[in-house]
Amino acid sequence: MAYDREQVIPGDSAYVGYDPNYVPDSVKSFVVHMYRHIREKNVYEIHQMYETSFQSISDRFFKDAPWPSVDAVAPYVDNDHVFCLLYREMWFRHLYARLSPTLKQRIDSWDNYCNLFQVVLHGVVNMQLPNQWLWDMVDEFVYQFQSFCQYRAKMKSKTEQEIALLRQYDQAWNVYGVLNYLQALVEKSMIIQILEQEKEGLEQFTATDGYDYSGGSNVLKVLGYFSMIGLLRVHCLLGDYHTALKCLLPIDISQQGVYTSVIGSHITTIYHYGFANLMLRRYTDAIREFNKILLYIFKTKQYHQKSPQYEQILKKNEQMYALLAVSLSLCPQVKLVEEVVNSQLREKYGEKMLRMQRYDDEAFALYDELFSYACPKFITPSAPSYDEPLVNYNQDAYRLQLKLFLYEVKQQQLLSGVRTFLKVYSTISLGKLAAYMEVDEPTLRTILMTYKHKTHAVDFDGKITSNADIDFYIDDDMIHVAESKPAKRYGDYFMRQIVKLEGVMTDIDRIKLE
Amino acid sequence: MGREMSNSTTNQKQQSAMSYTVEQLVAVNPYNPDILPDLENYVNEQVSSETYSLNANLCLLRLYQFEPERMSTQIVARILIKALMAMPAPDFSLCLFLIPERVQMEEQFKTLIVLSHYLETARFRQFWDEAAKSRHILEVVPGFEQAIQAYAVHVLSLTYQKVPRSILAESINIEGLSLDKFIEHHVANSGWAIEKNQNKGQLIILPSNEFNHPELKKSTADGIPLEHITRILPILG
Repeated sequence: MAYDREQVIPGDSAYVGYDPNYVPDSVKSFVVHMYRHIREKNVYEIHQMYETSFQSISDRFFKDAPWPSVDAVAPYVDNDHVFCLLYREMWFRHLYARLSPTLKQRIDSWDNYCNLFQVVLHGVVNMQLPNQWLWDMVDEFVYQFQSFCQYRAKMKSKTEQEIALLRQYDQAWNVYGVLNYLQALVEKSMIIQILEQEKEGLEQFTATDGYDYSGGSNVLKVLGYFSMIGLLRVHCLLGDYHTALKCLLPIDISQQGVYTSVIGSHITTIYHYGFANLMLRRYTDAIREFNKILLYIFKTKQYHQKSPQYEQILKKNEQMYALLAVSLSLCPQVKLVEEVVNSQLREKYGEKMLRMQRYDDEAFALYDELFSYACPKFITPSAPSYDEPLVNYNQDAYRLQLKLFLYEVKQQQLLSGVRTFLKVYSTISLGKLAAYMEVDEPTLRTILMTYKHKTHAVDFDGKITSNADIDFYIDDDMIHVAESKPAKRYGDYFMRQIVKLEGVMTDIDRIKLE
Repeated sequence: MGREMSNSTTNQKQQSAMSYTVEQLVAVNPYNPDILPDLENYVNEQVSSETYSLNANLCLLRLYQFEPERMSTQIVARILIKALMAMPAPDFSLCLFLIPERVQMEEQFKTLIVLSHYLETARFRQFWDEAAKSRHILEVVPGFEQAIQAYAVHVLSLTYQKVPRSILAESINIEGLSLDKFIEHHVANSGWAIEKNQNKGQLIILPSNEFNHPELKKSTADGIPLEHITRILPILG
């Protein structure tokens, strides 16, 4: 049910003059054409209507109101069950973006996703939908889950009616439900096996951007694919960074893939990948990926200026600069950052980074500030006990992650002092260095061992990799410093030129001379 | 590093059958409240058979997050101790991220956090002092001492080519004859060597690796994965 007028829902009054049954001509035309294009599998046209027409109609007629109810438009589309589910998905997404959903609407949206995913999971869908739309479904699904958890945790201002509804519909946006749907999509689509087989040339998926050119449907496969990124995101929201990265493993982020076919998916993937690595202390992995995506955004954002995702792109861009600033302050490997990105970084955070590397009280305040600005909106997944006094606990999850992050920063406090001295000496006795750093020798030994421990990260397979820019070893009581030199990457450069030349020669071959 | 792999011989078949089932559950059906008791039993099994599974333990901590009334602080404490034993892996922090703040405020968890802090900052003397005071919490998990000693040796191996005996002793909390035996064992099995220094006593020479011998560091910067080469083979051919 789209809009139930019998129930008094708080927020009704916001929709002044809204008649859910009134269908303007533009909407009539929109659904009729969209329905036809979906039946005829005209992916390009579907995409145009989805991206552009929907936005322009929303801007003109539905700036502050929902679209017409699904019941009102159903007659124009043969009451097609699946089309109605798709329409409602867009309907709720529009609502969340422009207005504030009521509790009942949140619950109804959950129902709609359940119905939609069940239809897809039963394998009866025979459509080809644009990747942008399929990504938006998964992205919005996770977003609405996050929004619901935040909403539910603000118990202070809840009315009795709302609490009764929450108790009654305890399955709506239940964390088990959300995770299991994403997992089911991954499994039913067999996407992990498909990606594996693709590596051996037995399957085509990435090459066709996930589209099915043999008369089938791309919906289940691509939803399954994007659900892996959905799981990455949900696990980050829960604070489980290890499992988050595990969920992403089947996707090779060192290559292009379906995840890069939609800019929103590309950015979400790398943002969460980088954040998870930051929390796992794999700083160089985070820095490398942030660097790549920030460079990419810098070069391509002009092409997205008119798109509805533009604001989000800019926001994530800023957040990733903040995360990059934090990562580099903890692990000063500036050589990993491209010049273009570096100059942007210095402009935005140059000052703050200098202060963060001092590790005094002001530094911690800055780490707090940047982390809080850039981190995901962590959630408490469990329902509150509705019998206890009504308090707001929506900040609890964030506070815990922040606290543990700052704790880690504090443990690395003494390391920047060590770095400064190691940069200046090639050998120095423990006694001398202890005197310069104004600590006793035993303390210096622990500081040096801490430096080693913190700069040598352990990856998934238990392998140790050093991310130290300055390294050393101790021989009894003498420290010998070794600075790592950055090697020029000739191999990559030649590879790229070889492929480029081949491309040019192929093009020339194609030219027929008359 | 610090991950116990030894299985007690008597129940080996039973244990591996059980761990196979639980690992399967975690891989195939992790978001399922019904597997909570299996995961709890699995923690106890990890403790008694000196094995370890990060994935299973994270899965359990997540379920506790979803249903806080079902949380067992005793099990959580065991998970954290096992995580400490997995150092230098950051497993302890990974677990803390999933445990609510008010639970972390309980005495036994505050102690474990302090112990982790000492290990993270290589303050081995303070660690062993505090561990002695908290024996009652730690002794429930066999293999704890050995795991931490392995971690200490790991950090020393990253840092030193030659380490004074006294530093080694302090890091692993072994002295006198026991220390002699320990060193002998590693000389025979781990490539250690001993050097006698007139003024300061024994120096332990640790095996060379790329971390304490920077010249051994393989230059991976210009390596090209084979997959990339295969892409241009058709062009070159």
